[in-house]
Amino acid sequence: MITQVTVTDVWKSFDGGRIEVLKGVSLEVRQGEVIALCGTSGCGKSTLLNVISGLEEVDRGLVRVAGRDVVEESTRVDLLRKHIGYVFQLHHLMPDLTLAENCLLPVIAAGGGKQQGWERLRELAAATGVSHRLGQRVRELSGGERQRGALVRSLMNDPQVLLCDEPTGALDESNREKVFELLLELVRERGRTMILATHDMELARRCDRRLRMRDGTIEGEDR
Amino acid sequence: MSLWRMIFTNLRRHRVRTAIGATGIALGVATMLSVVGLLGGAVKMFEQILRNDSQMVVFEKNVSDLFFSNVPVGLAAELEGLACVKAAQPVLFAVIASPGRSIITCFGIQANDGRLRRGKWLQGGVGAFKGEAVVLGERAAGFLNAKQGSTIPLGQGTYTVAGVLRMENGFENGGVFMPLDTCQKAFHKDGLCSVITVAIADGHRLSEVREWIASKREHFSAMDNDEFSRSYVQFQIIKVTAWVVGGCAFLLGGLSVTNTMILSVFGRIKELAIARVCGFSRGQVARMIFGESLLICAMGTVAGWLLSWALLCGLRAVPQLQGYIEPSLGWAEIAGASGLSAITALLGAMYPAWYAARLKPAQALRFE
Repeated sequence: MITQVTVTDVWKSFDGGRIEVLKGVSLEVRQGEVIALCGTSGCGKSTLLNVISGLEEVDRGLVRVAGRDVVEESTRVDLLRKHIGYVFQLHHLMPDLTLAENCLLPVIAAGGGKQQGWERLRELAAATGVSHRLGQRVRELSGGERQRGALVRSLMNDPQVLLCDEPTGALDESNREKVFELLLELVRERGRTMILATHDMELARRCDRRLRMRDGTIEGEDR
Repeated sequence: MSLWRMIFTNLRRHRVRTAIGATGIALGVATMLSVVGLLGGAVKMFEQILRNDSQMVVFEKNVSDLFFSNVPVGLAAELEGLACVKAAQPVLFAVIASPGRSIITCFGIQANDGRLRRGKWLQGGVGAFKGEAVVLGERAAGFLNAKQGSTIPLGQGTYTVAGVLRMENGFENGGVFMPLDTCQKAFHKDGLCSVITVAIADGHRLSEVREWIASKREHFSAMDNDEFSRSYVQFQIIKVTAWVVGGCAFLLGGLSVTNTMILSVFGRIKELAIARVCGFSRGQVARMIFGESLLICAMGTVAGWLLSWALLCGLRAVPQLQGYIEPSLGWAEIAGASGLSAITALLGAMYPAWYAARLKPAQALRFE
């Protein structure tokens, strides 16, 4: 099976090297795999996702996504447009835009066709149950709807790799379950790769692999 | 949705900020167009005085002001003797003091001067224009409280009013026309005039007069009216002043745009980071900021056009200014101000765009 993400001996620190967050992390994720990064807050899960997406630069080490080194700015932009979708704990939608406008941002960024974008949006909105909310501004939506909207946005350009940073962390119990189910279903249905950062072991257990992170390193793996 | 839609949306949701930025530009455009229009209009009025049914003007070389130019009146007769010249009119410009009025422009002219034909005679006629008799512009007659037959003190002398003329040009309408020899005597310029206006005979070229002057009268210059307008130092100073004052107004407008755009960027750092996560490149983010700035400037420019148009219309209606300043705006001025506005937009957005493009998305998403 094709390797979608390769992280090799990655180090990342902040504040001029005083705070080391990733200390020689290595991992490999194959096409269609759903893996969970587990660990307590501050162990480096989010930073690892940021490093994979190219949102953070590494101090040292190698990150490859879809066979390309995440080094050059142009490569990072291209990967974010075509290969990587990102879902955050907080939806990070623009409150003054409608849900549809928010979801179409990746299409605008990639210079995609308007009609094609809308077709994809309608399909994903129907799958996530937010079709009736597309014309509303984000601030008028409930927490669950916003997170579904964020999910739709992340899948708009049909990325191969979906990075999810505590995607259900801000939701109540019932919404948490629904959104996560939906996420898994969409990813599995399309044979996409997902890396999920979570400290919720219940969700992590439903993934193919669980990587235990601690103090900036991967200390073990459960299948 | 397109990038432009995002730009519109962002400007719409910060209406006050957008309005302040656009107002800064509007004031800059309005100031520039008004000052340029007013001073350009003033220059045109001076040009009208010099043209006087002629195509050329002859004056003393290397004088900074035509009031200091001394040309022998005899040169007019010599010029009229040339086959290429239809008419040559000597004119002596001067300013003279009168009681209750500090200075009045004085035109020393001959009885066959075009001005006396062009103006509308309200009282008297050209027949009496000789000796110590003067003709007043309508406005001058008003403030001197004089009419045909009145005696008025001007400078060191006393003159009889031979008639009153209504002139379109405010300087002429507020001036005094004196017979040339009387004017020479009053200003101690016997045999001299300030300029000679030359009308070219049909089928002849302006260059013939220019060449004749250059070869026979090296202390004098002959220029066609447009060339004179372009090269006359006083006109250049007025025009440069207008653009410099307008440019300063633009500088302030530009600072207002920079301020608006900085606030716009700093107020949505997280949103810009989200855009980057969605795949926006640094270039796209910068284009968005430049687009907003250009749109603010476009709105400001249109408002500035309207404001300056209203202002110039208002000034045109002021009775005291009528005829003195003919506010005028050409496409060149409008295009110049609009071009400056676009440059201001781009310069004003440079730092905010650079800042926005350099944002590190992961850090910006943590920004509170």
